Amino acid sequence: MASEMTSSAYISHHLTNWTFGVHPEGGLGFAHTAQEAAEMGFWAIHVDTMLWSVGLGLFFIWMFRKVAKKVTSGVPGSTQNFVEVIIEFVEDNVSSIFHYKNALIAPLALTIFVWVFLMNTMDLIPVDWIPFLAQKIGEAFGADPHHVYMKVVPTTDINATLGMAIAVFGLILYYSIKMKGLGGFLGELAFQPLGKWMLPFNLFLEIVGLLAKPVSLALRLFGNMYAGEMIFILIALLPFWAQWLLSVPWAIFHILVITLQAFIFMVLTIVYLAMAHEDH
Amino acid sequence: MNINLTIFGQIIAFAFFVVFCMKYIWPPITGALVERKKKIAEGLDAADRAQRDLELAQEKAIADMHKGKEEAAAIIEQANKRANQIVDEAKEKAREEAARLVTAAQAEIDQEANRAKEVLRAEVAALVVAGAEKILEASVDANAHAQLVEKLAAEL
Repeated sequence: MASEMTSSAYISHHLTNWTFGVHPEGGLGFAHTAQEAAEMGFWAIHVDTMLWSVGLGLFFIWMFRKVAKKVTSGVPGSTQNFVEVIIEFVEDNVSSIFHYKNALIAPLALTIFVWVFLMNTMDLIPVDWIPFLAQKIGEAFGADPHHVYMKVVPTTDINATLGMAIAVFGLILYYSIKMKGLGGFLGELAFQPLGKWMLPFNLFLEIVGLLAKPVSLALRLFGNMYAGEMIFILIALLPFWAQWLLSVPWAIFHILVITLQAFIFMVLTIVYLAMAHEDH
Repeated sequence: MNINLTIFGQIIAFAFFVVFCMKYIWPPITGALVERKKKIAEGLDAADRAQRDLELAQEKAIADMHKGKEEAAAIIEQANKRANQIVDEAKEKAREEAARLVTAAQAEIDQEANRAKEVLRAEVAALVVAGAEKILEASVDANAHAQLVEKLAAEL
C-alpha cells in the first residue's frame, strides 16, 4: 500500500479520521482530504471513531449482559468465569481505593476498564487490514479509495479520550458539590492549601489542579495509543519481509501498554472520585 | 487533531454504557459472587461440622465396641458358670437316680430271695412231711404236726 503513495501521504492517510460534517464551502458530507476534515472545524464528527467505539462498547455490554442474564452462584461456565475474573479484579481495585457508599463507581470503573481495553486492543490488528478493507468497500460504493479514511483505534482520537475524561470530570464536580455542598467545594478551592490570606494563589493552584485531572486522563491515554499506533505505521513502511522483526516485539510490548493504559484510566477515575467524596 | 462533535458522541455513548452496566450487568453478577461466597462459607462450615460429627461418632463407636466386648465377656462367663452348674446338677441327679435304682434293685432282689426262700421252705416242709410219713409209714396228722413242721421249715 505504501508503494502507491509517498511515505508522508501514507502516514497522514492513516492518521486522518473518516469525518462527516459541514464542508467549508457549504453542504453536509464526508471530508475528502485531511485538510478538508480540519477545515470542517468543531461541527463535524469522526464516523470511524464513533463506529468502532460504540461497536466495541456494544460488544462489551452484549458479552457481560449475556453472562449476567444466566449468572449462577453454582459452578460457573467458562464465559462467566472470565467475566467474574474481570469483575472481581475491578471490585478489588474499587474497594481498596474508594471507601464510600456509591453504586455508580464500580460499574463505572468496569465500563472504563473493559471499554478502553477493547478500544486499545484494536491497535494490535495490523495497521493496514481494516483501512484496506474500508477502501475496497468504499471503492465498491463508488468512492475514491484515496479519500476513504478509517482509523480503527478510537483511543488514538483525542475526541474519544477527551470525551470520557470530560464525563469523569463532570462526575468529579457533581460528587464534590453533592458531598461537600457548593460552599464546601468552593471553600476547598479557595482556602487550601495556604489559608484565606493567600486566596488568589490558592484559587489559581486548585483550579489548575482540578482542570489537570481530566486533561491528564485524556492526554495520557491518547498519547500512549497515538504513539504506539504511529510506531506501527512507521514499521508498516518497511519492506514487507522485514516488518515482523519490529512489529512482533512491538505488538507484544503493546499488549502490556494497552492493558496498563486501561488500568490506569480506571484507577485514576476511582482515585479522583474518591477525592471528590473526601471531606476535609 | 481536530476536536469536534465526536467528544459529545463519546460522552453520550460512555454514559449509556455506564448506566447499562450499572443497571443490568453489575448487580446480577456481583450478587451471584456474594451468594457463592456465602455458599462456600456454608459448605466449609458444614464440612467442619461433619468432621466433628465423624470424630464424635468414631469415639462413640469405639466406646460401644469396648462396652460390647465387656458385655460379651460377662455373658460368656455367666454362660460357663451356668453350664458348669447344669452339669453338676445333672451329675448329682444321675448319682441320686443311680442310688435309687440300686436301692430298688436291691429291694427287689431281697424280695425275690425271700419269696424263693418261702417257696423253698414250703417245699422242704412238704418234703419233710412226706419223708417222715414214709419213715413212720403212718400218716401223720398234718394238722396235728403242722406246728412242728412249720418250726422245722423256719429253721431252714
